[in-house]
Amino acid sequence: MLSRTADHLYWMARYTERAENVARMLDVTYRVSLLPNNSEHPEMGWRAALSITGLEDAFAARFDRVTAAELLRFMVLDPSNPSSIFSCVRAARENAHAVRGTLTSEMWETLNSTWLEMRTRRLSDLLGAEINEFFEWVKYRSHLSRGVTVGTMLKDESFHFIRLGTFLERADNTARILDVKYDVLLPGTEDAGGAADYYEWGALLRSVSAFEIYRKVYRDMITPLRVAELLILRTDMPRSLHRCMKEVYTILTQVGNDQSKETERRAGELHAALHFARIEDIVASGLHDWLTNFLGRTADLGNRIAADFLVPIAN
Amino acid sequence: MAVPDFYNEMYRGSGEVRPHYAEYAQWLAATPPERIAQKRAEADILFHRVGITFAVYGEEDGKERLIPFDVIPRIIPAAEWRQLADGLRQRVKALNAFLHDIYHEQEIIHAGHIPPEQIFRNAQYRPEMQGVDVPGGIYALIAGIDVVRAGAGEFYVLEDNLRVPSGVSYMLEDRRMMMRLFPELFARYAVEPVDHYPDLLLNTLRAVAPVGVADPTVALLTPGQYNSAYFEHSFLAQQMGIELVEGPDLFVQDEGVFMRTTRGPKRVDVIYRRVDDDFLDPLVFRQDSYLGVPGLLSVYRAGRVTLANAIGTGVADDKSIYPYVPEMIRFYLGEEPLVNNVPTYMLRDKEDLEYTLAHLPELVVKETHGSGGYGMLVGPASTRQQIEEFRARILAHPDKYIAQPTLALSACPTFVEAGIAPRHIDLRPFVLSGKEVNMVPGGLCRVALREGSLVVNSSQGGGTKDTWVLER
Repeated sequence: MLSRTADHLYWMARYTERAENVARMLDVTYRVSLLPNNSEHPEMGWRAALSITGLEDAFAARFDRVTAAELLRFMVLDPSNPSSIFSCVRAARENAHAVRGTLTSEMWETLNSTWLEMRTRRLSDLLGAEINEFFEWVKYRSHLSRGVTVGTMLKDESFHFIRLGTFLERADNTARILDVKYDVLLPGTEDAGGAADYYEWGALLRSVSAFEIYRKVYRDMITPLRVAELLILRTDMPRSLHRCMKEVYTILTQVGNDQSKETERRAGELHAALHFARIEDIVASGLHDWLTNFLGRTADLGNRIAADFLVPIAN
Repeated sequence: MAVPDFYNEMYRGSGEVRPHYAEYAQWLAATPPERIAQKRAEADILFHRVGITFAVYGEEDGKERLIPFDVIPRIIPAAEWRQLADGLRQRVKALNAFLHDIYHEQEIIHAGHIPPEQIFRNAQYRPEMQGVDVPGGIYALIAGIDVVRAGAGEFYVLEDNLRVPSGVSYMLEDRRMMMRLFPELFARYAVEPVDHYPDLLLNTLRAVAPVGVADPTVALLTPGQYNSAYFEHSFLAQQMGIELVEGPDLFVQDEGVFMRTTRGPKRVDVIYRRVDDDFLDPLVFRQDSYLGVPGLLSVYRAGRVTLANAIGTGVADDKSIYPYVPEMIRFYLGEEPLVNNVPTYMLRDKEDLEYTLAHLPELVVKETHGSGGYGMLVGPASTRQQIEEFRARILAHPDKYIAQPTLALSACPTFVEAGIAPRHIDLRPFVLSGKEVNMVPGGLCRVALREGSLVVNSSQGGGTKDTWVLER
């Protein structure tokens, strides 16, 4: 298929996934901010949410201090913030528009109606009681577009590049969510069991739709180590790093071309590392460092995928 | 306003319904207005959701405006269509013969039928094409011929579109929409199908592949998603199952054109290009073009890739060449034209100029190179001041203009705010020339939604209607 087409499909999927994960991240932050023990440092959680996105500087240039209202203004509907939910939905739709002939009409209609509805949203309405409902809506639209993709698209290269975008973006986003929560909320803590911890870890699990999964898998109280294990190493957990890298590696073997061998090898290497890792070792080596390294490697894969497949090769 | 009486497609002068509309009129009378209102709203939502939109240049907000769709079809009886279709096929054959002649022996000039300066001083004439052989000798593979009815109902060709004619996607989508909204009407009427147009188009394109290519790869070249007709480009590419490419997706190497794919370079044999000549190859035409492919022309001239339409077809659809088409039909085919031309005054001609200047309030004046309804004067619908301003423009460059009598375009009942009222319409059937000349029965019917307006272009606020050619 055309490199440019693959590029649009891949980014369409990445932006759709990103919109969903920004909503998830804001949702969990909002929920945690409502917890009673949070009143001492109300801005802590929002500051953490901002650092996930790496947009502290862009935010500081526009706003004096981090408050819930300003962060939501910045991250939800701000068209000048490229990572706001608004911008992600717009970018997903623009990428889809550029290759709409490649999409099934159901897919195009799904992305287009999401965008049309997004344009009617007003922040003043959302800042009231509707913000949770809005986050739910974003997640729902993302589920819908993935479902329509799986349910209607021919399982050819187009499909593979869409899925590649989805899983690479998800790996990145899950790692960021985990990093900030682990690093900021519970620096170096190994004990658990307090009510506050319970709610904070519970909120984190819910943000990646993993609360019920945790219960099912561990049938025990929530500890940071198990949360980390679930979100990093469990291959049956659909948003875990291991799961995402397994998908990325498999797709790369399916779409491979003459120049993509090294990319495939690096993805395989990262997948193998997750496959054979023990959570105790990762935590002992420093989770933050480990996650930073992981984010570096997924960024490297993103660059290599662009060079191998997506950006027109010089002739 | 002095627009004369017009032909009404649905009613006779006496108010009686024409026979081919009788069944429809009955249905309309029996259908509750609320149901139709609801269906019209449904059409709006569907078109929006599907994203069938049209960009209007120079309109800030209009980046993706919906073209209004009217639910009352234009119905054409079988016999009328046969006659019209024969005339259009004849016309396109002559135009292709003319293009081949102009870029080879130029017999029509030697025979004295067309003054040489009309060709060689025309900006659309491409000297680069002189002596180049194109597959099958066909230049305009896809032609959109704008037809109107005037007077007592006779057809006239208003304009030939031989460069990158657009609108066929609306013809197809309008039909789909009508079948979705009012399936019961198609049980009452035997309407000729148009859905197979993309198949015909693909066959036409494959038929003109370079010599020796058994299984040609066809691609559609678009200027990109910000072009006003992008929806159509992507729609047609999808319907034909071919790649939709932009200039940067293609490159020239080893005397061939290739596309950049995720599996490496892939050879392209036929390019259905929806990019104007000027932008096709920055090495030859406009150097600032990012829409084209450097080196494309050299591959094309060597016959190693086919472009549809060919380069240089604009010399045959220019408004200053239009008056000569009946002469072409006689010269190349030895036949009398089956469809009329509109009488045309050429303002480079002193007598015609004088007549036109004396009769501006009655005439339509057009720029010879204009299109899309831009840069024209509709005398009867203009104020004195507008006419005087246009007069000055004509006097500055008389050779850039032609004038025609204001035709009383036929009208078709149309939904407007106040209910149903007649609005002027035209028709653009599409003629495909490959191994043979093919048409689907029908075309894009455009309707001027403003009362009394004769300008149907979508860029000027026109809408569309489904066109039904009856099977018998």
